[in-house]
Amino acid sequence: MVNLLSFRSVGVHLLRHATPIITRGGRISRPISKNLCFVLFSSSPKTSLLKPRAASSEDNSLVFKGDERVVGLLGKVVDDAFDNVDRFQSSSTIVAIVTPIGGPPGAVGIVRLSGPKAVEVARRVFRSAKKRKKKDSDSDSWRPKSHFVEYGVVVDSNGNVVDEVLAVPMLAPRSYTREDVVELQCHGSQVCLRRVLRTCVEAGARLAEPGEFTLRAFLNGRLDLSQAENVEKLISAKSSAAADAALEGIQGGFSSLVKSVRAQCIELLTEIEARLDFEDEMTPLDIESVINKINSMSEDVESALDTANYDKLLRSGLQIAIVGRPNVGKSSLLNAWSKSERAIVTEVAGTTRDVVEANVTVRGVPITLLDTAGIRETNDIVEKIGVERSETAAKVADVIIMAVSAVEGWTEEDTELLRKIQSDKPMILVMNKIDCAPPSSCDQLEDQRKKEEVFHKSVFTSAVTGQGLEELEDAILEILGLDRVPTGGHQWTVNQRQCEQLVRTKEALARLREAIEDEIPIDFWTIELREAALALAQISGQDVSEEVLSSIFAKFCIGK
Amino acid sequence: MRAVAAATATVSLRHFRSFPTIVPSLLFSSSSSLPFHSPRLCVFLRPRQLFLNRPLAASFSSSSSGATSDSTYDVIVVGAGHAGCEAALASARLGASTLLLTLNLDRIAWQPCNPAVGGPAKSQLVHEVDALGGDIGKVADRCYLQKRILNVSRGPAVRSLRAQTDKREYAMEMKKIVDSTENLCIREAMVTDIIVGKNDNVEGVATFFGMNFYAPSVILTTGTFMSGKIWVGKKSMPAGRAGESASQGLTENLQKLGFETDRLKTGTPARVDRRTIDFSNLEAQHGDEEVSWFSFDPDFHIEREQMCCYLTRTTKITHQLIRDNLHETPTYGGWVEAKGPRYCPSIEDKIVRFKDKESHQIFLEPEGRDVPEIYVQGFSTGLPENLQLPLLRSLPGLENCSMLRPAYAVEYDYLPAHQCSRSLMTKKIEGLFFSGQINGTTGYEEAAAQGIISGINAARHADGKKHVVLERESSYIGTLIDDLVTKDLREPYRMLTSRSEHRLLLRFDNADSRLTPLGRELGLIDDRRWKLYQEKQARISEEKKRLKTVKISVAVGDLAAEVSSVSSQPVKESATLESLLKKPHIHYKLLEKHGFGNETLSRMEKDCVEIDIKYEGFIVRQQNQLQQMVHQQHRRLPDDLDYYSMTTLSHEGREKLSKVRPETIGQASRVGGVSPADITALLITLESNRRRTQDVKRGKILEHALAESNPQWVEDREHVVNE
Repeated sequence: MVNLLSFRSVGVHLLRHATPIITRGGRISRPISKNLCFVLFSSSPKTSLLKPRAASSEDNSLVFKGDERVVGLLGKVVDDAFDNVDRFQSSSTIVAIVTPIGGPPGAVGIVRLSGPKAVEVARRVFRSAKKRKKKDSDSDSWRPKSHFVEYGVVVDSNGNVVDEVLAVPMLAPRSYTREDVVELQCHGSQVCLRRVLRTCVEAGARLAEPGEFTLRAFLNGRLDLSQAENVEKLISAKSSAAADAALEGIQGGFSSLVKSVRAQCIELLTEIEARLDFEDEMTPLDIESVINKINSMSEDVESALDTANYDKLLRSGLQIAIVGRPNVGKSSLLNAWSKSERAIVTEVAGTTRDVVEANVTVRGVPITLLDTAGIRETNDIVEKIGVERSETAAKVADVIIMAVSAVEGWTEEDTELLRKIQSDKPMILVMNKIDCAPPSSCDQLEDQRKKEEVFHKSVFTSAVTGQGLEELEDAILEILGLDRVPTGGHQWTVNQRQCEQLVRTKEALARLREAIEDEIPIDFWTIELREAALALAQISGQDVSEEVLSSIFAKFCIGK
Repeated sequence: MRAVAAATATVSLRHFRSFPTIVPSLLFSSSSSLPFHSPRLCVFLRPRQLFLNRPLAASFSSSSSGATSDSTYDVIVVGAGHAGCEAALASARLGASTLLLTLNLDRIAWQPCNPAVGGPAKSQLVHEVDALGGDIGKVADRCYLQKRILNVSRGPAVRSLRAQTDKREYAMEMKKIVDSTENLCIREAMVTDIIVGKNDNVEGVATFFGMNFYAPSVILTTGTFMSGKIWVGKKSMPAGRAGESASQGLTENLQKLGFETDRLKTGTPARVDRRTIDFSNLEAQHGDEEVSWFSFDPDFHIEREQMCCYLTRTTKITHQLIRDNLHETPTYGGWVEAKGPRYCPSIEDKIVRFKDKESHQIFLEPEGRDVPEIYVQGFSTGLPENLQLPLLRSLPGLENCSMLRPAYAVEYDYLPAHQCSRSLMTKKIEGLFFSGQINGTTGYEEAAAQGIISGINAARHADGKKHVVLERESSYIGTLIDDLVTKDLREPYRMLTSRSEHRLLLRFDNADSRLTPLGRELGLIDDRRWKLYQEKQARISEEKKRLKTVKISVAVGDLAAEVSSVSSQPVKESATLESLLKKPHIHYKLLEKHGFGNETLSRMEKDCVEIDIKYEGFIVRQQNQLQQMVHQQHRRLPDDLDYYSMTTLSHEGREKLSKVRPETIGQASRVGGVSPADITALLITLESNRRRTQDVKRGKILEHALAESNPQWVEDREHVVNE
């Protein structure tokens, strides 16, 4: 009943008019009349008398009704926004490519927008062919008619045509998520889809998290309970991966830039906020240097976005980690495979101390190889860090290659190591040094592979002769079966997010520079800096305030 | 012994009387979860009605046999500091018969540390308390020695007022107000125990000398007094403040009730004799020529002569002395473990932590007009008394000073505030409220802010009304309380502007337009004040309209020329005054200078107009962001959620949420250790629960409907249900 009330505000509203006798917990201690029963379940907005007022009826608290002086500025919007807080309503508009990518291109691919601003975003990127003929590109005039397909083009912020598309608006509540949804049917090539996606992000949509459309559908009352469980699984799987801070170290793409720009934002906030909260205890702010920092920061971000070949980065395919005991020939394998001398190779066990990267292309799919330190118990502090990184590398990689020495065969340590790195990722067993191994050990290894069911494939290689490398490549392609890379692997997603973060940061910094030019007081700068810092957070929702405060107290001698 | 039988009976009787028509057992539980009504929908809340139940205490006392009228009240406030006074005043003004208990009648609203009110964020708190009808702002306006506006040109949200105050006068003024307030009694007593009824509801307090006082609402504002212990060097004694005895026994009894307590530390610097200081070479800090005010009530805007503060600095000798004697300080000597605040470090902390800094600023602030005491701001220390004078004398200007009071540190018990809900009522004991330093805050302003909220809610609780909660984004008060009850704070909490995510909306100038309508609705703003408020808002809005419509011609007059030269932006032909005001560096004063101002407006009103116009874009943007967020943030969480059973939450999430038991999704997301994924999982669980309940309910209703004989009726209903 308690829950019921909070979601069906209409009933409560009526009850309140009918002398509300409400006890703790919001229970209604009064025999409910027939008539009321009836209304409790009609959430119908048909009768204007029943306009929901959830915020005021079920809540014991005061919502910020705004300040009386400002209400005029915002008009009616405020009212709508602050009522009805008990309904689920997402604040953000999400976008994603909803057709599979990574495999051979389909003829058509779909980019879906969902959320309160879906139409607004679509309006910004979509130019209907019909309108253009009549009125010569009146940019804001696209008025979607729900469930009517319209033909047109997607254009970027400079007005360049990105792709020819069909737009399918499905307005709330008649859509999958019960929010406003606009689907853009584009050409199926990845480049097209990604450009359209990026255009939408630039127009204000946020990249959807895995499963987020379904989550919204559920929270808005669609799907049944059993389906919700799947959503939950998806969410928790994602969070455990994202929260794994160890991953940060070797994520490629923009990650170092994202980190350094965020650190700079926090640093600037620290400088400014300290002056605002502890005015008379601080030396005056060096405005010049702050402005210089902001300028160089926004230049960094802009050039990264403009010059870095975005599409190439997005396509930076798969990461494959090569792990194994020391001295089984992992580095040799990397060198042989990438036809380079990227990794140092010696006879000494434990030569590789850090993660070494090399790039190869397997039938057009770009692959980053991660050569790692041999995993073993060690007291050498440097090697120890290397070993930790190896384990992390195994976690971030899309495919794990476990190398063993065919000369020594399967050992106890291998079993131990396997236990450490084991995951649900595809794993390939590589038996290296086949050129100097007796055939018997090969059989032993093959048996072992069958026993340890985690390996999808096993390959015999020789880094020295290059034997077996082709088979290894085949094995990888076979295991992944190109169509089985749903969104292009881990690295692709990471790059995609970081790119979005930088787009947001770019916007915030542009506004900041504008504010500085207009000589707006310094407090307003913090608004944009905060937004930039928030956009660049590793995990969404990170508390910027607390971070800035800690930084202030660590950095400045403050307090009387 | 504790729960006196007579009292139990009388309390239930009281409830019975206030709601003559209803079953008493239900009434007992009417509490925090009840809705509060928005101004538009307010049905029960007209101020007139607040007094309907008032003869309550009186009528009760005449009809009871066990207790006398002197010992039974609606609300008891324990402690008469800044929290206690605001609480007692708010409660009494709402019509609740209120008893204010203090250890010492002569130390009401005492300022034991710095003789100042306001500063960044703190002044916003003061304005907000005033907008709700509180007193801290009025008293500070009456007793100021000096006033300054800080952050003048750094943006309207961080602009703040600070007043040096005369601490004796301050205490006297507050005592006058307390003494002259109707429904409010004050009495000396040391409360040692809380009397708890059968339903985990508070029934009163027991005092040291054996007297019991009864009330359905009790507010504890114990400050630094609960098991307080002061330290000078290695010497310590039980005391709440120097020269005042601590309150003993209450902590243990609260622990017995199941409350978690912890210990905090803070300190206050030495006081020196003004007559022994050589000010001639010290930098003087004067007050503003044009004085600003905390209170929105013009009756309290009475200008007085200002006094000067002075600036001195630590020297090499100071630093050497401290380094040589570090082992003599409680923190570095290792005999005090409680944590002090980061933003209020002792001088030894500063010197140890910031080795590179050669000198630290020290402020010399007068404590009153008629007393020679000077407060040495920034110089609190835990060093033994015999070292304190040499230390003071190492400061320029203080070479020959004499010390009137030594610096000391104080340790005290507090109750981590996650044990309170946002109404400041404890979750364990119904009717028991905590406010001020007991919740782990520091500062008079923070105390007053909590005081007024707990006072309002205690009075409403005693009256069987719903509690009032200020949402985080409504005010600094809301932000403060939300932080206190949500975050796991282990150092004294001080309000800072950077703690508020939307500070641009929480400015000093709009505290009244944010909160005075609420104060009126609650019954704390009288007709005169309300009229003043409405007239002010009308004038502001008129003036904004005028500036929007009045246009100037570029050719005529100097205004356009001056505007373009000051702002280095061109002025369009027939520009509105509003558009001029939006340009950089153009202030209302410039319009006035050229005869385009409005002389009937007060300075404050002109500021309001200017801020609204100049920063409209930013304000609207922030407001829109807030509005988007609010949808989800204010979604309420049921009281009875079993977080431990939600396997989709992280372990830390489950633990923290069970501990804090947040009231809304927004609050849940601010609990430390709760990740965004946890919030998503929580939303899914809520929706699943809702559907299950709905299914059950639907089944029942259908059954009920089928039982009815009218088939047409059933059909109709099914239609609705299936929609």
